[in-house]
Amino acid sequence: MANRKHIKFYFVALSFTAILLFMLDIILGSISISIKDIFNVFFSSEKVEPHISSIIFNFRLPRACVALLVGVALSVCGLQMQTVFRNPLADPYILGVSSGANLGVALFLLGSSIFSMILPTIISNFCIASAAFIGSALTLFLVLIVSIRIRDIMTVLIFGIMFSGAATAIVGLLQYMSSESALKTFVVWTLGNLGSTTFDEIKVMFILTLTGLTIVIFSIKKLNVLLLGDVYAQTLGVNLKMTRIIIFISTSLLTGQVVAFCGPIGFIGIAVPHIARMFFRIADHRILVPACILLGANIMLLCDIISQLPGYNIVIPINIVVAFIGIPVIIRIILSNKKFVN
Amino acid sequence: MKQHSITIENLSLGYKNSTNTEHEIFPPFSLTACSSQFIALVGRNGIGKSTFLRTLTGLQNIFSGKICINGKPTETLSRKDYAELMSFVSTEAVRVLHLKVFDLVAMGRYTYTNLFGNLSINDEKIIVESLKMVGMNDFIWRNVSELSDGERQRAMIARALVQDTPIMILDEPTAFLDIPNKYEIILLLKNLAREKSKTIIFSTHDLNIALQLADKIWLMAKGKMYDGTPAQLIQTNAFDEMLENTMLKMENGEVKFK
Repeated sequence: MANRKHIKFYFVALSFTAILLFMLDIILGSISISIKDIFNVFFSSEKVEPHISSIIFNFRLPRACVALLVGVALSVCGLQMQTVFRNPLADPYILGVSSGANLGVALFLLGSSIFSMILPTIISNFCIASAAFIGSALTLFLVLIVSIRIRDIMTVLIFGIMFSGAATAIVGLLQYMSSESALKTFVVWTLGNLGSTTFDEIKVMFILTLTGLTIVIFSIKKLNVLLLGDVYAQTLGVNLKMTRIIIFISTSLLTGQVVAFCGPIGFIGIAVPHIARMFFRIADHRILVPACILLGANIMLLCDIISQLPGYNIVIPINIVVAFIGIPVIIRIILSNKKFVN
Repeated sequence: MKQHSITIENLSLGYKNSTNTEHEIFPPFSLTACSSQFIALVGRNGIGKSTFLRTLTGLQNIFSGKICINGKPTETLSRKDYAELMSFVSTEAVRVLHLKVFDLVAMGRYTYTNLFGNLSINDEKIIVESLKMVGMNDFIWRNVSELSDGERQRAMIARALVQDTPIMILDEPTAFLDIPNKYEIILLLKNLAREKSKTIIFSTHDLNIALQLADKIWLMAKGKMYDGTPAQLIQTNAFDEMLENTMLKMENGEVKFK
């Protein structure tokens, strides 16, 4: 147990960097805001220029909060899925949650344009979020039915992939038939967006993330045993069906809300659990879950800072930044961790 | 440890396929086992040894018949009840990145630890003792993925030991092992059965080991379950049933070419 002290040290250090990156995420952007202004806005009665406080409260602060929540939620889900499916390339979307959400949003955005329904002049973010959430909830329902009936986890995996394929096909058809403007709205949604979430929506995200994380924390012991595979987990006393249902529910809560409010943000969910394993060299979920929470928050905040291209006047979609950070990690996994793949 | 027993009544082995038609692969048989017995399950590939062990551990539903442990039918047992009655070592090789031998063995304490799986001092003592018992005390902080097949098998047995169950079931514990390791592992298990009054049931293809070291042999051949001491089975020529239509025969308690 010599390295337990180091682990605590790393956890404290990562918490500090997360706070630092959170502040930087607020400070940096197309308009730089001084630390003094930020301090004044939050902690002192000194007057700050109204446009500065507006930028902080309406744009930067919600954005940073969302980045933090998204990073935490996706990383923890990725870890859970990699353990449950015993597959290093499993990600939070492996159950088809994002494809379901994709389909929901596509039906809403593109379907209404095809059938020339009266589109609200401004498609509210909340409508898209609802469509996504309904889509992912229905997918969860399907996955649960399948996982209750089928013992073999690989079959559940294949089902998830097939479902995603079917959803993608329907989305493709909708895209092909829909109007250009609706298509653009949809494509922009798939690129991910951390910036259009209101404080009320953040409250919802916060509650869902907290609920999901609580379930995950109570599944830690089961996740550890699941590392040995389903047979050993059962003979050690795990009720496999119940455990899978609980883990799938927490995954859907966590990823569902991310997809609903921010779009299908990729790679973080695969990459962060591997970074956590490489960093801490441990398989114990009592360490890996908090490690993923901290690393996920750090990395997502960093990606968000980069996506805003400090000093420039444009913002690149978050999924593009995430891909550039995530892909090298995934390639590294494939090249170096053959043992994990067996 | 108090006395315990396994009673198998008219158990047949089989499976239901996707159209719900039933396929019996082995006709009904009855067996009993009790404390301190070291039992070898032998039979040719595909006869149903693994299915039998999976049924015994409740990983597979009973096809027909009844299994009682200490007089209680196994259908009424939850996974937790099973985990407290029997431990299981499968042929599946566990290779998990960064998993330490200690943490692997600690998983055997699953039913005894709290909600988060934190180990008590007593748990840690049991884990270290079990690792000593299987001769793995120098490997405590090694990664499981770096172990040889023999070392990994010992670690898996240690994990089953810390589960502290009256019954231990092992599916081909000596597969992939060299000859000295085979004998060492089987002797280790035999001593455990003796010293800790455990019932240990293991399947094996190694007839010589089964004949020399098992208290009892359960032999599956040609739709019949033969049950007896090695000497009894040799006397009744049960092995000839198993070796029929092969180039081998049983002579003076040894397997030979015809």
